[in-house]
Amino acid sequence: MKSFDYAAPRTLDEALSLVAQNPQAQVLAGGTDLLVQLKNGRRETDLVIDLKRIAELKTIAFDPKKGLTVGAAVPCAQLCAHADLRQHYPSLAEVAGLIGGTAIQGRASLGGNLCNAAPSADSVPLMIALAAQARVAGPQGIRDVPVEDFCVAPGKNLLAPGEFLVNIFFPIPAAGFHAQYLRFTPRNEMDIAVVGVGVSTRVENGKITAARIALASVAPTPLFVKEAGDSLIGQAPTPEAIAQAASLAQAAAKPISDMRAPADYRRHLCGVLTRRALTAALAQ
Amino acid sequence: MSTPQYSLIGTRPPRHDGADKVTGRALYGADLKMSGLLHGSILRSPHAHARILSIDTSKAAAHPDCRGIVTAADFPATPERIVDLGEGETPLSYIRGNMLASGKVLYEGHAVAAVAATSAQAAAEIAKLIEMKYEPLPCVLTAPAAMAPGAPLLHPDLRCKEFGQPTTAPSNVADHFRQVMGNSEEGFAQADIVIEREFTTSTVHQGYIEPHTATALWNNDGRLLIWCATQGSFVVRDSVACMLDLPVSRVRVTPMEIGGGFGGKVPVYVEPVAALLSQKTGHPVKITMTRREVLEGSGPTPGSFIRVKIGAKKDGTLVAAQAYLAYEAGAYPGAMVSPAATCVFAAYDIPNQTIDGYDVVVNKPSTAPYRAPGATNAAFATETVLDEIAETLKLDPLDLRIRNAAKEGTRRADGAKFRRIGCLEVLETMKAHPHYSAPLGEPSHAAAQRGRGVAVGFWMNAGLPSSCTLNVHADGSVGLIEGSTDIGGSRTSIAMQAAEVLGLQSEDMRPSVVDTDTIGYTGVTGGSRTTFATGWAAHDAAQDVVRQMKERAARLWQVEEVQFANGVFTGGEHKLTFKQLAARVGEIGAPVVGRASVNPRGAGGSFAGVIVDVEVDMETGKTSIIRFTSVQDAGKAIHPSYVEGQMQGGSVQGIGWALNEEYFMSAEGRMMNASFLDYRMPTALDVPMIDTAIVEVPNPVHPYGVRGVGEANIVAPPAAIANAIHAATGHRMRHLPMNPPSVMAAILRG
Repeated sequence: MKSFDYAAPRTLDEALSLVAQNPQAQVLAGGTDLLVQLKNGRRETDLVIDLKRIAELKTIAFDPKKGLTVGAAVPCAQLCAHADLRQHYPSLAEVAGLIGGTAIQGRASLGGNLCNAAPSADSVPLMIALAAQARVAGPQGIRDVPVEDFCVAPGKNLLAPGEFLVNIFFPIPAAGFHAQYLRFTPRNEMDIAVVGVGVSTRVENGKITAARIALASVAPTPLFVKEAGDSLIGQAPTPEAIAQAASLAQAAAKPISDMRAPADYRRHLCGVLTRRALTAALAQ
Repeated sequence: MSTPQYSLIGTRPPRHDGADKVTGRALYGADLKMSGLLHGSILRSPHAHARILSIDTSKAAAHPDCRGIVTAADFPATPERIVDLGEGETPLSYIRGNMLASGKVLYEGHAVAAVAATSAQAAAEIAKLIEMKYEPLPCVLTAPAAMAPGAPLLHPDLRCKEFGQPTTAPSNVADHFRQVMGNSEEGFAQADIVIEREFTTSTVHQGYIEPHTATALWNNDGRLLIWCATQGSFVVRDSVACMLDLPVSRVRVTPMEIGGGFGGKVPVYVEPVAALLSQKTGHPVKITMTRREVLEGSGPTPGSFIRVKIGAKKDGTLVAAQAYLAYEAGAYPGAMVSPAATCVFAAYDIPNQTIDGYDVVVNKPSTAPYRAPGATNAAFATETVLDEIAETLKLDPLDLRIRNAAKEGTRRADGAKFRRIGCLEVLETMKAHPHYSAPLGEPSHAAAQRGRGVAVGFWMNAGLPSSCTLNVHADGSVGLIEGSTDIGGSRTSIAMQAAEVLGLQSEDMRPSVVDTDTIGYTGVTGGSRTTFATGWAAHDAAQDVVRQMKERAARLWQVEEVQFANGVFTGGEHKLTFKQLAARVGEIGAPVVGRASVNPRGAGGSFAGVIVDVEVDMETGKTSIIRFTSVQDAGKAIHPSYVEGQMQGGSVQGIGWALNEEYFMSAEGRMMNASFLDYRMPTALDVPMIDTAIVEVPNPVHPYGVRGVGEANIVAPPAAIANAIHAATGHRMRHLPMNPPSVMAAILRG
C-alpha cells in the first residue's frame, strides 16, 4: 500500500472545497471497502478525505409525514438500533444487520455500500425497492438521484469529480406497503450475495397497487427490473402472479460465471429468490 | 485389559497457556520486535508456469528504504544432492526452488525474489520495483491433465519411479506404486455385486488463522537465529541448515506460539528467505505472509482423481477392492498418496486388494500435509461406494461396516497387520448412539428435505522422537521442558502425564516449549503424535524424577528401600509427600533433574466415525448441517476437553471441505478466491454444536494407552455428508466440494 495523506473536514463546505481541489482523492465514510481496496492495491490514492465528522452525513432524521433521511456515513449498527427506522422500515434495519459482521457494522454505511457500486451490494436492491433517492453535493450545488440510477458499472457510480453523497432519503411507507430483501450465500454469514433480491409491494383492497423489484449480483450494476414489478400491479397476490413476476426478474438477469457461482445457477436463483421475497412481502 | 485407575489422567484441568492466550499476551511470531529489525517482502510469480528470462533489481535496490534484495542466486553454490527432511527423498534444488524459484516459476504465487526494507509497507512497495521478464508456458492444473500424453512438463529432469524402479521418459508423474494383497480379479469374480465409481476432489487449504511468519538474525558469530511459527522447530532447523549448507549446530530455532497449523506449518517457506536477507543486511529480518500469500504461496492439500471398485457378497461380506489414486502434488513431488493408499480400505477386512497410487506434479502450490493427509479424499470415495453397496443390498450402512470391520490381526494391502484397534468399537458406539435412532425432524420449510449419513475414517498416526526434561523446584513444582509446539493444549496433556506419575496436580507443572539448543531432538507437532510421544517422554522423565527422589529420600532417612505411591515417599517409619521431599532436596544433595527421550513405534492408529443429518434446500441446492456426531477412539483421553476439541475441529474442517472450500482456479492457473471472504471456510454460524463420543480402546504399547486423536476425525465428514445428501435428495455427489451450484445441478438433472 502506498502512503497517503488524510483529511477530515468538519463541514459540508470544507469538504466540498477539499474534494473539488483534489479530484483524485478517495472519499471515506466507514472505510470497510475503501481501506481493503487500498491495501490490496485495487485503488491507489495520495489523499483520503474522511467525511464522517460532518454532521449532515452522520444524522438520521425521521419525519412521519415525509420519510427518513439517512446520512451517507451513518454506520449500520446505528440503523439497526434506531427505533423509528425499525418501526417504519423494518426491512432496512434487517439489511443493515446483514452487511458484514458486528465489528464491520460499527463502520459500514448505506452510503458507502451505494458509492462502492458493487453489483453484489446487499443494501442497494432494497433501497431501489424502497424508491430511495440519493442526495449528491457538488460544485454545482445539490442534486437528487434515484438510487437505481446511481451505479453505472462495477465499482463505478455517477458522481462527477468534486461530488460526493450526502444522504439517502426513503419516502414514508404507505398503508399496505411491505418490503423484503433476500440473498443467497453459500455460507450463512460473512459472504457475498450470489444473488440478492429486494422487493416492495403495496396491497390495497386485495389488489397489488405498487411493486418494485431489484436484483444484486446478476448484472454489472444492481438491477432495477421495472417490468417485473409492473406485472404485479392490478393483480391479486396469487402464486401465479408471483411466479410471473419471478420469471420476468429471471429473464432480466445477465449474470456472469465467477468464483462465487456459475451464471446459470445465478439465473436459477433469481427466479427462486424473487418468488420467495415476493411471497414473504405479500404475506406480511 | 482392566482399566487402570488414575487420579489426574482423564480430568479437565485449565490449560497452562490459557490466561496468556485469552488476554492476548501470548507471543506469536509476528509480535516479535527487536532493535534494528528490518521487514522483508517476497515478490511472487503472476504466472502458473513460466520461464524466468531476467530479474532486474536495480530500480528496487536504488530505493532509499531498500536494505537488501535476494534471489535464488543467493543460495550458496552447492552441487545437487538428494536430501531427506522427513518427507521422503528430494533433490536439494526442489526444496530450495520452492523457497525462491530458479529458472522457471511453477505456480502463481511462486516466490522469485525478496526485499528487506525499513518497514513492511516499504518492503512491499520496493518488491514491486523488481523488474521480472517471463516467458509464459502452458500450465496443467489437474492430475489427469498432467498425466495425459503431451502434457506440458513441469520438471524436465523428473522421471517416474514405477514400482520402485526408475524409468527413462520425462513425466509429470513422480511415482507410481502398487500395493497388492490376495487377487482382486478373483475376488471380484466371487462377488454378487461390484460397484465402481470415479471421484474428484478440489485443492483445499488448512486455513490456519495465523499466516506464516519468521524472523531471522544471522549473528556476527556466524550463528543463525530464527524465531518462527512452526509445528516443528527441529524440522525448521534441519531444513534451513540443509538449504543454506550449514551444520545444524549453527542454527537455533525458537518456536513462538502458533495460531494453527494442521500440517501446513510443517514445511518452511519464509525462514530461509529471511535468513538470506539477514545475511545480506546484517540486521534481523522479519517476513510475515499476507493471507493471499498464504493461500497462493504455502502448501494446500492435494486435489485428486480417485476410482474405487468394491465387490461384496449378498450378505454384505466384502471380497475385493481396487483403488486408483492420482493425487496432485503441486509444483514438486510429494502428494501424500502413500498414506492415502494406507487409509483407503484400512477400516475393513478385505482379502483381495489392489491399490495404485500416482504422485503427480501440477502447476499449483507445492502441497503440504493437512490433517490425515490423503485419507479424506480416499475415504470420500470408499465410504460413498460402501453406502451404495449397503443401499443396493438393503443393509443398514453401519451393519455393513460392522460386518467387515478391521480388527486386531487384520492385514492391510501395505503389508502391515493391525494390533489392537478400535474400529469395531467406534462403529458399535455409532450404532448405539441416540443420534443414530433419533427421528430426522421436520424440514424447516416446504422446499427442504432431510437425510442422514454415516462414514468412518482411519489415520495411522506417527511416533517420532521426543525429549523431555523435568526440573524439580523447592516448592514442589516441576518445570517441564519440551520441544513440541503447543497447537491444541499439548502443554497440559503432556504435563498431566508427568504429574500423574509424580502424584501432583496439573497446576504444579510449569511446562515450557523451548528452542532447539535447550531440549533434545523432538519431531513435529503432527501425525497426532504429540500427546502420544512427548507425553510418553514426560511419563518416563517423571519416572526418572521418582528414581532420583527415592535416592535422595534413602540418603535423608538412611534407609535401604523407599516406596513411592499416591504422591508419598515412605521408607521405614519415614514419610514425606513429593512437595515435602522436594523442599529438602537442597540439603540432601544435587538438584533433581529428570529426563527422558523416546522414539516410539506402535502409534496405534485411530478410527473416527461420523453420524450427520443434513437439510438440503431443493430449490437452491444448499446443504445445512442439522446434527453432527463425531465418534473417535482416543485410546485413553488424557484431557477429554482437548480430545473433544480435536474431534470438533476436525469435524468442522471436514464440513468445510465437504461443502464449500476449494481453490477456484482460472484456466491460466490463477487462484480466483485467494481470501477468506471467497475461500469459504465455515464460520460458527454454519455448523451446529458438534457432539462427541470418545471411545477408549487403550493402545497396548503406550504407558497410558494413548492414541493420537488429531487427524482421524477429519477423514469421514465429507463422505458422511455425501451419504446424507443422497439420503435427502436421492443424488450421489462424487465431487468435492458439494457446494450449492453442484447439488442444484444434480437436482435439476433429476
